Amino acid sequence: MTDAVYLDHNATTPLGAAARAAMARAMEGTGNASSVHGFGRAQRKIVEDAREAVGALCGAKPANVIFTSGGSEANNTVLRGIKAERIFVSAIEHPSVLEAHPDAVRVSVGADGVIDVDALSALLQESGGAALVSVMAANNETGIIQPLDQVAEIVRAHGTKLHVDAVQAAGKIDIRPVMALADVISISAHKMNGPIGAGAIVVKDGVPFQPLIRGGGQERRRRAGTENVVALAGFGAAAADALSGLDTYTQIAQLRDQVEAALADNAKVYGAGAQRLANTLCVGMPGVAAETQVMSFDLAGLAVSAGSACSSGKVEPSHVLLAMGANASEAAEAVRISFGLGNTEADVARVIDVWQTLHQRHAEAAA
Amino acid sequence: MSKPTRPIYLDYQSTTPVDARVMDRMLPFFTEAFGNPHSTSHAYGWEARDAVEAARAEVAAMINAEPREVVFTSGATESNNMAVKGVGRFFAELSQKAKRHMIIPVTEHKCVLESAKALKGIGVEVTWLPVAADGIVDPLAVKQAIRDDTALVSVMLANNEIGVIQPLAEIGAVCREHGVYLHTDAAQAAGKIDIDVSAMNIDLLSLSAHKMYGPMGIGALYVRRKPRVRLAPLFDGGGQERTLRSGTVPAPLAVGFGAAAKLVTDETTSDHTRIRDLRDRLLKGLQQRVADTYVNGSMDQRIDGNINIGFAGTDSEALMEALKDQVAISSGSACTSASVEPSYVLRAIGLSDTDAHASVRMCIGRMTTTDEVDVAIEAISSAVAQIREQSLSQSERKLG
Repeated sequence: MTDAVYLDHNATTPLGAAARAAMARAMEGTGNASSVHGFGRAQRKIVEDAREAVGALCGAKPANVIFTSGGSEANNTVLRGIKAERIFVSAIEHPSVLEAHPDAVRVSVGADGVIDVDALSALLQESGGAALVSVMAANNETGIIQPLDQVAEIVRAHGTKLHVDAVQAAGKIDIRPVMALADVISISAHKMNGPIGAGAIVVKDGVPFQPLIRGGGQERRRRAGTENVVALAGFGAAAADALSGLDTYTQIAQLRDQVEAALADNAKVYGAGAQRLANTLCVGMPGVAAETQVMSFDLAGLAVSAGSACSSGKVEPSHVLLAMGANASEAAEAVRISFGLGNTEADVARVIDVWQTLHQRHAEAAA
Repeated sequence: MSKPTRPIYLDYQSTTPVDARVMDRMLPFFTEAFGNPHSTSHAYGWEARDAVEAARAEVAAMINAEPREVVFTSGATESNNMAVKGVGRFFAELSQKAKRHMIIPVTEHKCVLESAKALKGIGVEVTWLPVAADGIVDPLAVKQAIRDDTALVSVMLANNEIGVIQPLAEIGAVCREHGVYLHTDAAQAAGKIDIDVSAMNIDLLSLSAHKMYGPMGIGALYVRRKPRVRLAPLFDGGGQERTLRSGTVPAPLAVGFGAAAKLVTDETTSDHTRIRDLRDRLLKGLQQRVADTYVNGSMDQRIDGNINIGFAGTDSEALMEALKDQVAISSGSACTSASVEPSYVLRAIGLSDTDAHASVRMCIGRMTTTDEVDVAIEAISSAVAQIREQSLSQSERKLG
């Protein structure tokens, strides 16, 4: 794939150089991080250094970081582990939040993809009792950033717990303010140029939850299982990189905005007016199925996706776009282009070219 | 014999180094072939998916299963949680016919015990099965404990502390006869003994890659399809792994697991013999040089590399401390090795607290050499002698 361009960074990201180096170093060692001998203690240090770096990314103490196998486990741990009589989630949450509690009350979003805070407030008002609210920091399909300060204010006024799925946001925006507002957040390494197979929940002091995976006493008895030392080494390095790169990451928006500006006249851009992650463009080509678009991109060596990777094998239209008021056929015409570190102006030109060519061909055929 | 620069590693049951052949196959998937295996729209995804599916077939072949019966997880702890809680929840909450009983030996891994205890809230009752003084479960006792409402029997294939091998084929026959699911935690057995889910009538089986020269962070749960085994997922989401286990499958780790499994399948019996010979050399060497020792658990039904041995009049903490620059051993399982409680496994086979505290676990592995064993024998026997002398002079001082 010499000529290939990867534009699916919201699905997963390539390993960064620092993460790769940290993992290569960790691969030199052996031993179980819970063993008391020297091999084990060396592994333990790698894990604890990673915990510190991940804590720093979130503005949290290392002790508040609990490592998991990834974002889906992190979300399930919270949704299934925090005792709540009622659970409220935004309608555009990731499936690992929605499916963890199918009975949860879904709070609607507007056409701009932003949660209806008045609706949330009214729902909490009539609910009473201990509740949990789960709202993602930024959506994986559209990149739309949620107004967590407003959400947190409402949640606090009702004495409710707030979980934020920050999997897509971490590394792309500063999530320290997110952690300050939330009781618990979820993050994943492989969305920020770290390895697949590591994630975390970061929990404020005194927020009780039942562990999802029980057994040995790892992670202060809150998540059993031998620590994935090599992946955690990569997670820590990726987190440190992400934190120091926050200021420059937003420059990716220039690439995204150029594509968006070039297509806007003929396309439906989701969340155009809303606050978005710098890298994400969710764009519909009227009359052309997403599968056709994705195929055209693929033939041209550009990797994009029709929705999120987890559900991209399914034929159902995106629940996120439906929640924003798109109809089923509109939703089936949207593709996600997500930029990342390493993408260039040249990539932008190729994206525009492929899209315009397909659009033109379709317009001619229709005429 | 040159003095080793790092301590000799005799803790292969805690974790194993990644085999170089495994590492070679994994590395490209960390870097150039980094795609999400669930991305269906581009070549990056397909490449990762194909690698994950090839790995699934390799893992399946190791246990004589079909590839689609293998569900990737983050490790054996998750697999065990998924099996025990998943079956428990299915039969207590989702099934037409409620079954709320399980049979579990007291020497199972902590994560099996804890998972079963966590089901108390939904009314699941557990019969905690005792084991004999050699650590073996009696299949007849399993049979007698089965009730009309028994959903699951969970018996590990090989114990993580004393290495004893359970008579799974016999227990499997009993379970099949009574229509009860059999789950086995095979984390410590895979790569050490032949596993055949079909011949042993196993319905659910947990594996861990890092106990068999693969990477940490990946394991699997075998879930039988014929007759179909039902269980509720431990966590939900994108519906990966046939909706049984959501979450992005880490392709490089899966590839490593597959490669490790293939090494196991292809390995000749010579490595087993070599490891057993080294284990016997270690045991004989220690028994010759040190008086008042005792071996915990059956020597006949035992995985090749394991020794669990007590040195009367010592304690494991002091011994590990004395050996810390020379030999890496452990006092029991790594998960609980920071705890000061005596091993519940050793207590269950009848050891007193004192005798349990005086016991350590050693395990020979694929990379262990004869030289290392000989150096370890010297180091351990002189450390034991030193500790015994110290405690003797301490008690003399007390008397004086």
